[in-house]
Amino acid sequence: MTQTSSLGRNTALLAVFLLGIWVSASGLLGQISDHWDDIVYLSQQHVFLVATSGGAAILVGVPVGIWLSRPAMERHAETVMQVFNIGTTIPTLAVIALSMTFLGIGFPPAFFGLFVASLLPIVRNTYAGLLAVPSHLKEAATGMGMTQTQILWRVELPNALYVIFSGVRTALAINVGTTPLAFLIGGGGLGELIFTGIDLMDPGMLLAGAVPTALLAVLVDFLMGQAQLRLIPKGVNPLR
Amino acid sequence: MIRLEDLTKTFETPNGVVVAADKVNMEVPTGEICILLGPSGCGKTTALKMINRLIQPTSGKIYINGEDTSKLNDIEHRRKIGYVIQQIGLFPNMTIEENICVVPKLLGWDMKKARTRAAELLDLVGLDAKQFLKRYPKELSGGQQQRVGVIRALAADPPVMLMDEPFGAIDPINREIIQDEFLKMQAELKKTIMFVSHDIDEAVKMGDKVAIFRAGRIEQYDSPDQILAHPANPFVADFVGADRTLKRLRLVSAEEVADADAPVAARSAKVADLSQRLSSAGARIAVIIDSDHHPVGYVTLDEIAGATGSVAEFAHPLPATVPIRADLRAVVSEMFAHDTMWLACTDDTGRYAGVVSQPAVTAALRATYTDADAA
Ligand SMILES: Nc1ncnc2c1ncn2[C@@H]1O[C@H](COP(=O)(O)OP(=O)(O)OP(=O)(O)O)[C@@H](O)[C@H]1O
Ligand SMILES: [Mg+2]
Repeated sequence: MTQTSSLGRNTALLAVFLLGIWVSASGLLGQISDHWDDIVYLSQQHVFLVATSGGAAILVGVPVGIWLSRPAMERHAETVMQVFNIGTTIPTLAVIALSMTFLGIGFPPAFFGLFVASLLPIVRNTYAGLLAVPSHLKEAATGMGMTQTQILWRVELPNALYVIFSGVRTALAINVGTTPLAFLIGGGGLGELIFTGIDLMDPGMLLAGAVPTALLAVLVDFLMGQAQLRLIPKGVNPLR
Repeated sequence: MIRLEDLTKTFETPNGVVVAADKVNMEVPTGEICILLGPSGCGKTTALKMINRLIQPTSGKIYINGEDTSKLNDIEHRRKIGYVIQQIGLFPNMTIEENICVVPKLLGWDMKKARTRAAELLDLVGLDAKQFLKRYPKELSGGQQQRVGVIRALAADPPVMLMDEPFGAIDPINREIIQDEFLKMQAELKKTIMFVSHDIDEAVKMGDKVAIFRAGRIEQYDSPDQILAHPANPFVADFVGADRTLKRLRLVSAEEVADADAPVAARSAKVADLSQRLSSAGARIAVIIDSDHHPVGYVTLDEIAGATGSVAEFAHPLPATVPIRADLRAVVSEMFAHDTMWLACTDDTGRYAGVVSQPAVTAALRATYTDADAA
């Protein structure tokens, strides 16, 4: 799993590198830098969308995953998860389009669409990670006199952390990859350069959107990988 | 003291009602180890878990030091009981130190005191504190984890311990070593312990009392020697095994049957004097000791009768010696190995401490039956 993701990262880096060579050789670099002001402005918009929708998905997804894993929810959790799983099969573009129908255009539907798309992996992994904590650990904790809250914070969450983190990483990868679509419903972001570049058949403009988007995806995945390696305690981290 | 009174637990299952505990009555005196022994599914774990209220009894009472546990707060009650689960259950996300400090922390101990305690406990089971405190469970061997599991339960110095097959997940050789370590600790700590096992040898070795369960009922609750010598019914006899008399050998130390007054002589002693002494004592053999009091050989009356000279000239080497603290199983094993009817015993410093003979061993095993007949 580590190997495949680092392989993916390396391939992505190589692709960006080759793209860079080609871009500079073909004189496109000049055309791209013509759009510098746009790149800066739209990148900020893009990152803001990723950060808010991803952050909101974490803030909502983790508690929902925890809630579904509580014994009181045992009967309904699987049903809820089925609904979530069906939700995952809906293409994000469709989700974004649907959210436009009731939130109009601009930031709100873009935020909402991305939020929904990122929510599913987080909830699923939090729920599955918590359920996978061996029941004998919970029994040991109960027998030693921990309260339910203490068991959650000191035993269940730390032991599920790796799986939860993987969910967050997947969610952010989906989020970053989907954000260019936000432009289609007036949400802004680097998609504006990409889609306009396509429409105008202007490779310089297209690349001015595509290259930063790719770089951002690589960067986010790299940061998440580092965080996963360093933030998760050694005892429950298969990476160390 | 732990007292169970008519303790009953029934589980409603799709296939009908399962009675896991059926009016269990027993009492474990303070400072003793009681072993719950029986075949799989007989209700040992259920009985144990009712004591720390992981399972709520259907009916019946549990008293600890005279206090009815159903009236206590579950959480506080559990913190006062050391609990070792069968799967060890160290928390993988915590270091060994954090694992040991779990209950002290719950009890609000000063963390410095708790850490000192963790280091002490590790030393107690022969694990180097410097090396192990900061490790994670996955960095320990199975045997080391099991030791940590036990000392974690001891961390807050609870008067009562519940141990569910604490040495189950470990190879036989290491199990013996940990058992010995644990008994040594218990000799000092004097905890009141309920200990689940399905291994009769472990039960006999570790228990002051053994309760034999079948299908939720206690078939016999007695000292290990009583259970081996006088099984209450065919089920118990069958469960403890056809070699139960041999198992009893482990319960008696050489010291208890050794003849400390058996004749001895210095190397320089005169054989004439010695043969006189042996004949008048009705003995046939004397152990020879050196100036440090270590046994070095023996002489027989037949060979020295009517002879002259010093004892050393007639000495035979001893085939073997056994520590006086060894159990009779080890002693008898040595006797068979050297084809001898008796062996000289030594104390911890290697000094002569007496003689054990095969007749003395059989007499010790027989004593319980003659007592029973007389009664
Ligand atoms: N939660 C439960 N629901 C239904 N039946 C149960 C439950 N827990 C235990 N039992 C049943 O109660 C009986 C006693 O189980 P228990 O776990 O106490 O056995 P045990 O003596 O500890 O066995 P082992 O040596 O295999 O651990 C078994 O027949 C078991 O199937
Ligand atoms: Mg059991």
